[in-house]
Amino acid sequence: MKPAPFEYFRPGSLDEALALLAEREDAKPLAGGQSLVPMLNFRLARPSALVDLGAIEELRGIRIEGGTLVVGAMTPQWELEHSPHAFPLLREALGFVGHTATRCRGTVGGSLVHADPTAELPVCALALGAELVTSRRTLPAERFFLSVFTTALEPGELLVEVHFPAPPGPSAFVEHAHRHGDFAVVCVARAGDRIALGGVAATPVLWDGGELEPVGDLFAPADYKREIARALIERARAA
Amino acid sequence: MTWVGQPLPRREDLPLLTGRGQFVDDVQVANPLHVAFARSPWAHAEIRSVDLAGALASPGVAAGIAGTELPGLTEPFAAGITHRLAYYALAVDRARYAGEPVAAIAAESRYLAEDAVELVLADYEPLEAVVTVEDALDPAKPLLHEQVGSNVVVDRTLRYGDPDAAFARADLVVEETLRWERYSSTPIETYGIVADYEPASGLLTMWANFMGPMTLLPVLARSLRMPEEKLRVIVPKDIGGSFGIKSSLFPYMTVVALLAMRAGRPVKWIEDRAEHLIGSSHQPDRVGTRELALTRDGEIIGLRAHVVDNLGAYVRAPEPATTYRPLGNYVGPYRVRDVELHLVDVVSNKVPTGPNRGYGCQQVYLETERTLDEAAVELGFDPAEIRRRNLIQADAFPYETPTGGVYDSGDYPRVLELALETAGYGELRALQAQARAEGCLVGIGIGLAVDPSISNMGYITVALPPEVRQAPGYNPKSGAADWAQVRVNASGKVVVTMGTAPQGQGHETAVAQVIADELGLSPDDVATVDAFDSHTSVWSVSSGSYSSRFSGIAAGAARKAAGVVRRQILEIGSTLLEAAVDDLELVDGEVRVKGSPDRSVSLRRVAGVAHWDPHGLPEGTSAGIQASEVLHVPTSAPPTHDDRVNSSHAYGFVAEVVAVEVDPLTWGVTILSYASANDAGTIINPKLVEGQTYGSALHGLGGALLEEFRWDEDGQFLTGTFADYRCLTAAEAPRIATAHVETPSPFTPVGAKGCGESSSETAPAAVANAVADALRPLGLKPTHLPLTPARLWELARA
Amino acid sequence: MIDVAVTVNGTRHERRVEPRLLLSDFLRHELSLYGTHVGCEHGVCGACTVLLDGRPARSCLTLAAQADGRAIHTVESLADGGRLHPLQQAFHEHFGLQCGFCTPGILITAAFFLEQHPDPTEAEVRAELAGHLCRCTGYAPIVDSILAAAAALRR
Repeated sequence: MKPAPFEYFRPGSLDEALALLAEREDAKPLAGGQSLVPMLNFRLARPSALVDLGAIEELRGIRIEGGTLVVGAMTPQWELEHSPHAFPLLREALGFVGHTATRCRGTVGGSLVHADPTAELPVCALALGAELVTSRRTLPAERFFLSVFTTALEPGELLVEVHFPAPPGPSAFVEHAHRHGDFAVVCVARAGDRIALGGVAATPVLWDGGELEPVGDLFAPADYKREIARALIERARAA
Repeated sequence: MTWVGQPLPRREDLPLLTGRGQFVDDVQVANPLHVAFARSPWAHAEIRSVDLAGALASPGVAAGIAGTELPGLTEPFAAGITHRLAYYALAVDRARYAGEPVAAIAAESRYLAEDAVELVLADYEPLEAVVTVEDALDPAKPLLHEQVGSNVVVDRTLRYGDPDAAFARADLVVEETLRWERYSSTPIETYGIVADYEPASGLLTMWANFMGPMTLLPVLARSLRMPEEKLRVIVPKDIGGSFGIKSSLFPYMTVVALLAMRAGRPVKWIEDRAEHLIGSSHQPDRVGTRELALTRDGEIIGLRAHVVDNLGAYVRAPEPATTYRPLGNYVGPYRVRDVELHLVDVVSNKVPTGPNRGYGCQQVYLETERTLDEAAVELGFDPAEIRRRNLIQADAFPYETPTGGVYDSGDYPRVLELALETAGYGELRALQAQARAEGCLVGIGIGLAVDPSISNMGYITVALPPEVRQAPGYNPKSGAADWAQVRVNASGKVVVTMGTAPQGQGHETAVAQVIADELGLSPDDVATVDAFDSHTSVWSVSSGSYSSRFSGIAAGAARKAAGVVRRQILEIGSTLLEAAVDDLELVDGEVRVKGSPDRSVSLRRVAGVAHWDPHGLPEGTSAGIQASEVLHVPTSAPPTHDDRVNSSHAYGFVAEVVAVEVDPLTWGVTILSYASANDAGTIINPKLVEGQTYGSALHGLGGALLEEFRWDEDGQFLTGTFADYRCLTAAEAPRIATAHVETPSPFTPVGAKGCGESSSETAPAAVANAVADALRPLGLKPTHLPLTPARLWELARA
Repeated sequence: MIDVAVTVNGTRHERRVEPRLLLSDFLRHELSLYGTHVGCEHGVCGACTVLLDGRPARSCLTLAAQADGRAIHTVESLADGGRLHPLQQAFHEHFGLQCGFCTPGILITAAFFLEQHPDPTEAEVRAELAGHLCRCTGYAPIVDSILAAAAALRR
């Protein structure tokens, strides 16, 4: 379980990173590596080059701008979890993301861009109506997640920061996983009237109030997920 | 002061806590190459060709070997069945499981070796896969091994007493069929091997985290067509857990050895986790039916078993031992005498199976204990009561079971009552009634197990029909032996040397306590070495740390050696003190004349004479003080003509009570309480025993509730990561309340029996009974393990 | 090949390595620090956990290149000469290890955890330990060891 060879670059600025990515078709940006490095180790990902974003200070940081929480893409999840600025919804959700060691390395932007359909942060982003600011444009969360491990980011485009609006009303994050720290079977984030679900489709989805048609997996058949999702939605709405 | 029985801290800890352990990946050899394997992507495929040219030209590659070369270089591995399956270390002309190694490459680094493996070109012709037990029994499915003519490789019916009559006169016959998917040991340290070959002398030295049985070393030497004395196997001081599985690494040793010979350099292979999950070893998947014949008073008068174990692609030694290891204790703690066992082993396109903590017993007890609970319901007995009515009584030992086991000692009723008391069984039942009234799914389960330790090597031959075993030229098998040496150095300190290949059990701590008592010393005066080296250790084919044999046999050998040393000390003391040996005692590091404590000589002085002035020793005494003793157990005999065998040497007893709650939404099982009472004979160190109970219980719970290897219908492996193969974590693990009864074994020198597998044999039965109890008000009966949330949900939905 | 300079347990090391070299392999095979163990190489088992600039990291999910210029602490840094760290002492006293293979990663995680949570509950300890797999102990003795070390560190 060793990665295939790749070139490695560690640019000090966003512009430099974008230039490196533009020059190399198969280059991949490396954020915290907590999802990418396992894929490298299994040789499921074989980029020709890695552009490590770890030295780009402008991509890190947590601040409040007019009630909106702005988080740099390369901010470690652990820092957001322990930030006084983080909303309770995000803090609760981050408690379900892997384990301390992976949260210390894993980044907020990395999790969003990885777009695992069971991951907690994309569900929160969707529930909160977050805006994802990239090196080229601003995308609403609704249009960011396209499929399993696929986002609207184009080749050479980098996520720069995320704007999380404060929840407009009560918020809650509830999750069912078979073991502590596992990928969720189903997770639900509520921000005011908006309820988003993870684990039920190829992307996180907003609940439209209607019947759910989840996608089953190896450990959780579709109908099983539907029952759990219904119950978790009720729990989140009761919060 | 008696040191046996004290909770002394472990002398093994300090290097491990400070990062100075010596595991196989820490073994230093000069300039080693590193190995990676090319593995079959298909579960079942003819191999038309394997082309290594591209791989050999890859940067840093020094050597490669393809499975197609192996018949020219090696012999197939022997196993204890009649058919020759031609099991080679690499797939030769057919791949028989997804992940089976077909070629190996040695390169300057593991990274470069993995690069080269991607360039191995193998041409496959895929075949239909045989995956499940039912597939393997289906004559329409393809054969894995044409020369065998069937995918059923062992099929034996064993009868003891008159089971037909017992079933004919029964008031009630209860039958349950249980299916249990595969799980395994998954120690955190994977397999590892380092091989170094000297062409001039022909000596092959291998370091491997291999824990025996050492019977596999002759198997290995034979596969390499090498005289045994040219094969030196050294087990590194530390092994990062095994729980049985590291017995099964030996086929890889053949490949790593061949690469070292070919490359002319040391070669190292550290298995990675992906390889471990897909290609090491699993417990067989099994479908087992148990029939119990009972009287209306709840007495079990007949037992029938029909089991099919799926051994995977090959029968790898010591398999089919999963099916046969429990033979002597098949009836568990119950008095039933009339027994019929129909034992079937099949092959399929899955990884070959092998030892896993509890080895074969958890399946037997799951089947019996689940069926007994259903019988209790039918007859209107509490599950505790129906067990009480059937237990072998304390005055019945040694007790010969109908299948040939000789239970050495025990007090089963007392241990059961202790477990019920520890669990607060009465209160638990009251809480359950209350919870049920509130609509909660709470259940209580009991699991009992007679825990065999110190395997008799001969039991496996019951897989052979008696006519084969009795044929002229057949050499019978039996035995359970181990060795230890005790010596007193020139400064009067004692050194105990063993070769048990331990995996974290604390053997050195425990043996020091035994020897301190024997020689009247403090454990601090007893240095210990536990290191297996096939060239310096004294060993026999049954040596190793498996079948929970340390405290019964290696510690026993050490005690036996210490007895000889004690005699030597007293004889020298007799000369120095001018007193008769019988008038002397060895206390607090001194030889004293009994009743005259002022007439004494220190052990240091005795040792000084033995080493520095042997001229002053009694006549006929050699210099130094030491004894090397092999302990062989006389109870270990080959099977009889009527298939009875004392398959183990000592038999402990475990009784457990588990309470669970099933969440009617997620169908997850939460352990509410767990009580474990056991009798492992004399306890050398209670904290070490407790550690074995905790670990074995959690392993059993994992296998019963969540851990599961899965394949699709084409035999593609679906659980290749630790995210998919789900071990229980601290967040799910229960607290376990433990209690002990000690009925010393009359058959072991220390009175101790094994305890390392104990609760892994009861936990699945107890938790399955608890879940069944929880679901009974819904009219649901779980029969398919592990009892994952999705599986319970499906049961509820059906 | 790239240059990597790291400070490990207070000692600076410089090596020229392949970009793909994992930090776990760098520590073990370039620096001969064998205390850090490798159990899964995909971040689940936790055996390889080290401190990277004071925070726990899976060394199998970190490239040596990413550690360039940073400070690493491994299990070898915990004891002060012959004097055990209170966590090590507690693991010894409470039988918190058997084979010892998973132990280095658990000690590192626990050291950071107790800095953050000097007086944890058992449930908090268990939730934190869920990031580590141990197949020997059933976890209860590890939980007890960490709770005992927390008490010792508070004194």
